[in-house]
Amino acid sequence: MSTTAPRPAERRSLGDRWHEAPRVLKVLVWALVALFFFALPLINPPLLSTPDSDFGSVLFTVAGYGLVALGLNIVLGYAGLLDLGYVGFYAVGAYTVGVFGSLHGDLPWPILVILAVTVSTASGLLLGAPTLRVRGDYLAIVTLGFGEIIRLVALNSEFLNQARGIQDIPRPPSLELFELPTLSWDGAVATVDLNDTSVFAKFGLLDGVPYYWLALVFIILILVGDTLLQNSRVGRAWEATREDEEAAELNGVPTFRYKLLAFAMGAFIGGLSGALFASRQGSINPETFIINLSMLFLAAVVVGGQGNRWGALAGAVVVGYLPERFREVADFRVLVFGLLLLLLANFRPQGLLPPRRARRARKATQQLQHLEGTEGGARA
Amino acid sequence: MPELTKDDRSAQAGPGGRPLLSMESVTLRFGGVVALDEVSFDIREGEILGLIGPNGAGKTTAFNALTGVYQPTSGRVVFDGQPLGRRKRYQINRLGIARTFQNIRLFGNMTARENVLVGADSHHRSGVLNSLFRLPMHRRETREGLRLADELLDMMDLAHRGDDLARNLSYGEQRRLEIARALATRPKLLCLDEPAAGFNPVEKQRLMDLIRRVRDLGNTVLLIEHDMRLVMGVTDRIVVLEFGKKIAEGAPEQIRNDPAVIAAYLGVDDDQLSEEDEHL
Repeated sequence: MSTTAPRPAERRSLGDRWHEAPRVLKVLVWALVALFFFALPLINPPLLSTPDSDFGSVLFTVAGYGLVALGLNIVLGYAGLLDLGYVGFYAVGAYTVGVFGSLHGDLPWPILVILAVTVSTASGLLLGAPTLRVRGDYLAIVTLGFGEIIRLVALNSEFLNQARGIQDIPRPPSLELFELPTLSWDGAVATVDLNDTSVFAKFGLLDGVPYYWLALVFIILILVGDTLLQNSRVGRAWEATREDEEAAELNGVPTFRYKLLAFAMGAFIGGLSGALFASRQGSINPETFIINLSMLFLAAVVVGGQGNRWGALAGAVVVGYLPERFREVADFRVLVFGLLLLLLANFRPQGLLPPRRARRARKATQQLQHLEGTEGGARA
Repeated sequence: MPELTKDDRSAQAGPGGRPLLSMESVTLRFGGVVALDEVSFDIREGEILGLIGPNGAGKTTAFNALTGVYQPTSGRVVFDGQPLGRRKRYQINRLGIARTFQNIRLFGNMTARENVLVGADSHHRSGVLNSLFRLPMHRRETREGLRLADELLDMMDLAHRGDDLARNLSYGEQRRLEIARALATRPKLLCLDEPAAGFNPVEKQRLMDLIRRVRDLGNTVLLIEHDMRLVMGVTDRIVVLEFGKKIAEGAPEQIRNDPAVIAAYLGVDDDQLSEEDEHL
């Protein structure tokens, strides 16, 4: 298996070995990876940590971008629909939490989140039903308009408090189970800093870490769902639609329905991220949701690699983390960021982590063996 | 007309088969251009019907009319007793009409196997919930789809290419993959739009065998083809179009000797006539 062509086989063999690894080992490795990311703000590693801003808060921002990127990746990466107004769904999620949690009601936080994703999903369906019949550039223009319309409605509507925005947005209910210390680094020597702790899970004003943990939980849930969907009839239908809509339709794929589904899923995740953002921020106003944010979200997915969930996350890190890490060049950071994007577009247009399709194919073979082994074998 | 059982279908192919699809005086206009003019013909169950005609005769338009890409301006298409009417294209596929494309249209960034799976999915029903929770329906359909895909890939000599991206396949392999994908939708009628375009004689011979095999499995085949030898060798009956009109219909031998066809299709140019004769 690993003895065919010398060079590409080397790269391949690691993946193969991983795929042949026992299930227990895989689960263990994944659990360790997840644990590392949960512990990241506490470990506070010297090179990764952000010297000029609170590391926990930065991590929350990155996780928020990650969530959005995963959502947009379904729309853009899988179904191939160019959505330039993704910030609209983010805003709808945030405003729903604000309106029903502070401005015109005081519903409990879990209900608010459910409401937020419901409303944003509904807005996705409402926007998608008429617009997904147009293609390519037209869809981009319509969605671009949608993002701006949401912002302008918020800016002009008395009901939404116009430019003043919404304050006192409820935070998630705190648990305060136990306190976790942060590591403090002096060169390569780490000391446990008992003065700088994070409480699991106290959603307060200052400490961003619990919010990051919450966002991470959602990211993991969505990653799992995303993986299951991509490896199914739904994921195949999305990709077929992206590749050739007419051929897909003539091979029995109801493309419109699947496009709408992708749009609704993207809206769901965007709304969720917006709701988290509003809860962390405590206050929102229309200027938060300018079109630049849509472009940033889009950059995350494109830079990361459309169609690969890990790529989308990597893109979110580039877009959310790098500018914070290099705050010392604050005045130039947009310039540097722009240059970086240019270099990337030039030298790696498919993104940092483009989809590894060949690997997915081998997965299908394994899946067959697995299914034959379990159910087929049981029947025989 | 007597009902045919599956067994004597291929024996009875040609005259006598129950009409599976009927074009009933279908007219298609694009602005002032009449692409199809009152065209009527039947495709009989179990036969291989050839649709031929010079470039621009309306072959592909007819094809598009009966796969639902175009709505006829007047007239109708009846498939398996039901008029196609305003059905969506994917619904027409589910009724049992599958097709390939003149210019190959695969899902290039998906693997060969995935391409076939998309076709197999056309009769599957598991959606988001089934997939998310890996419910029994999802498992059953996945197993069934993968098995069908492997079977079809094998039949098309593509078993070894299953895990390769469709766009990395050779031209001939891509053509065969398109047929596999169409067959995966379990059609009653398979429509092939110039499947031999760009093939060398050996590949053409193989394709003819393949088309016969597909028919022997109980499919009805509609074939658009330029290559006269292929059309004459493999079809049971032939319909000839010229300038959007049907000018002849019949068994290959009849068509070969039909003066109208010779004049229209083969042209009146002497050189071309003799050249085509060699082909025949």
